[in-house]
Amino acid sequence: MKEYFKNAWSGLFTVFIGMKITFKHLFVPAVTIQYPDERLQLPERERNRLYVNMDDCIGCDQCARACPVDCITIETVKGVPGEDVGKTSNGKRKALWVTKFDIDFAKCCYCQLCVFPCPTECIYMTDVFEFSELKRENLIYDFATLSLQEREEKKINYAKFEAEKAAEKAAVKAAPVNKPVDNQELPKP
Amino acid sequence: MIYDFFFKLTGSNFLADVIQSLLPLFIFILPFALFAVLFERKVSAHMQDRLGPMRVGYHGILQTIADILKLIQKEDIIPTLADKPLFNIAPVLVFAGSYAAFAAIPFSSAFIGSNIDLGVIFIIAASGFVVAGILMAGWSSNNKYSLLGAMRSAAQIISYEIPTVLVVLSIIMITGTTNLLTLSEMQTGHFWNWMIFGGPQMGLAKFIFIPIMIINFVIIYISTLAEVNRTPFDIPEAESELVSGYHTEYSGMKFAMFFLSEYANMFAVSAIVTALFLGGYQSPVGYLGNLFGAHWLIPIEQFFWFTAKGIFFVFVQMWLRWTLPRLRVDQLMALCWKYLIPIAFVNLLIIGLITVL
Repeated sequence: MKEYFKNAWSGLFTVFIGMKITFKHLFVPAVTIQYPDERLQLPERERNRLYVNMDDCIGCDQCARACPVDCITIETVKGVPGEDVGKTSNGKRKALWVTKFDIDFAKCCYCQLCVFPCPTECIYMTDVFEFSELKRENLIYDFATLSLQEREEKKINYAKFEAEKAAEKAAVKAAPVNKPVDNQELPKP
Repeated sequence: MIYDFFFKLTGSNFLADVIQSLLPLFIFILPFALFAVLFERKVSAHMQDRLGPMRVGYHGILQTIADILKLIQKEDIIPTLADKPLFNIAPVLVFAGSYAAFAAIPFSSAFIGSNIDLGVIFIIAASGFVVAGILMAGWSSNNKYSLLGAMRSAAQIISYEIPTVLVVLSIIMITGTTNLLTLSEMQTGHFWNWMIFGGPQMGLAKFIFIPIMIINFVIIYISTLAEVNRTPFDIPEAESELVSGYHTEYSGMKFAMFFLSEYANMFAVSAIVTALFLGGYQSPVGYLGNLFGAHWLIPIEQFFWFTAKGIFFVFVQMWLRWTLPRLRVDQLMALCWKYLIPIAFVNLLIIGLITVL
C-alpha cells in the first residue's frame, strides 16, 4: 500500500521535474542559425570550390596529373617566338598559351591534391560552396581567360609556325650543306 | 442570450439556429486551430532551443495559412482497396463528434451554443462518439497500421472515459447540477469559489474538499489528455511505430479535418476542465465592467477569461507533449486501471460521504 502511494507520488512529482526543465528551455535562446541570412564561420582549412588565377597559370599540367578523378583538363599551345605570353606575378616569363582549362565540379572530390603541386600557387580552394546547378554540364567551369576566337588563333599561329619551321628544316635538308667534321675523325692527341 | 439576439436580428427561428450553430466554428474553432498549430510549433521549437517557422510573415505567423493553402491544393487520394463509403464518412464523423462538444461549452454567460441541462454528460458522450469515427477510419483504410492505431485509440478512449466520468460525477454530487452554465454561475465571485478550491460553499467541508479536488483535477486532466490522444498518451498515432495511426492513408482536406478535430478536441477538453474546476468563464478577480458600470462589457470579459484559461491548458498539453516520452500500452492501461480509477473512486466515496452528512 505504501509502495502504491509512493509510486503515484513519484510518478506525478517526476512529471513536474520534467516540466520544470522544459519550461526553463522555453526561455533559452535558440541555437538555430538562420542559414541563408546568417552563416557559420567556415573552418580555416575548408575545401570548397576551386579557383584558378589564370594570370599566374603557366599551363604546366601538374594539377591535372595530380587529380585522382581527372576532373581537370588542360590544353596548351606554345607561344610563337616574339609573341608576349605574359608574366607570372613573381616575374617569370610564361611560355605557353592555356587554351583550355576546364574543371568539372561534378567530378571533383575536393581533395585539394591539385593545390599542392602548383608551382605558382595559382589554383586554390575558395569559400564558395553554394553552386548547385540543374544540369551537370553547367558544373564544368571554364577558367581559361582567352576568348574562343583567340584560342583558335593561337592554335593556328602555332600550327603555322610549326609548318614554317618544318618547311625551313626541309629546305635545309634538301640543300647541300658541308657536313661538320665528325668527332671520331679528329686526330687523336 | 445570443440566440435571442440573432432571433431579433433575423426575425426567423431557422436563421438564428443556423447562425448560432455556425458561430463556434467560425469565430472559435477555425481561428483557434490556426493559432494552435502555429503555437504548438513555436512552443515545441523553443522548448528544444530551436526557432520554429520563421520564414512566412513575421516570425512565421502566416505559416499555418500557407499550410492550409497547400492542403487545399492537395490531391484527395483514396486507396484502391479502401472501404470507400466508410473512408469518406470517417473524417466527417470525427469532426462532427468534436464539434458537437462545442455546442454545450459555455464560452461566456451570453454565449453558449445550447443551454442543455445535461451539459457535462452531453460533452462526454459527444467526445465518446469520436471513437466510432476513429475506428471507421482505421478499418476502412485497409492498412494494418491504421487499424492497429484505431484499435489502440478505441481501447484508450474507452478506458480513460471511466476516470473522467468518475471525477465529473463527484463534481455533480457537490453541485447537484449537470448544466455547465449553472455550474459556471455557481463558481462566481473570486477564485476561491472555484471548484478546485472546494467550491462556493464555506465551512469545514470546503477545506476537506481542497486536497480532494486538487487530486481530482489532476486525474481529470490526465484522463482527458489521454482521451484526445496527446503525448504521452499518443500511442494511437505513435509516429515511430504506426506511421501516424488511423489517419495514415488520408490526404488533403480529409487529413485537415482530422487535424482540425484534434485541435478542436484539445480545446474542448481544456474547456471542460476549466468549466468544472476553474470557474468556467468567471474572472478570478472581478470584472472591469462592474468597476466602470458598463454591464455590456461583462460577457466579453468572460469570453476572454474562458479562452485564456482554455488556451493555458492547451499550452500545458503542449508542454507535457514536449516533456514526456510515450507510454507503452501496458503502462497506459496500468496508469488508468491501477491508479486513476481507484483513486477517483476513493475520492468519489469521500465526497459522497461529506455531501450526505
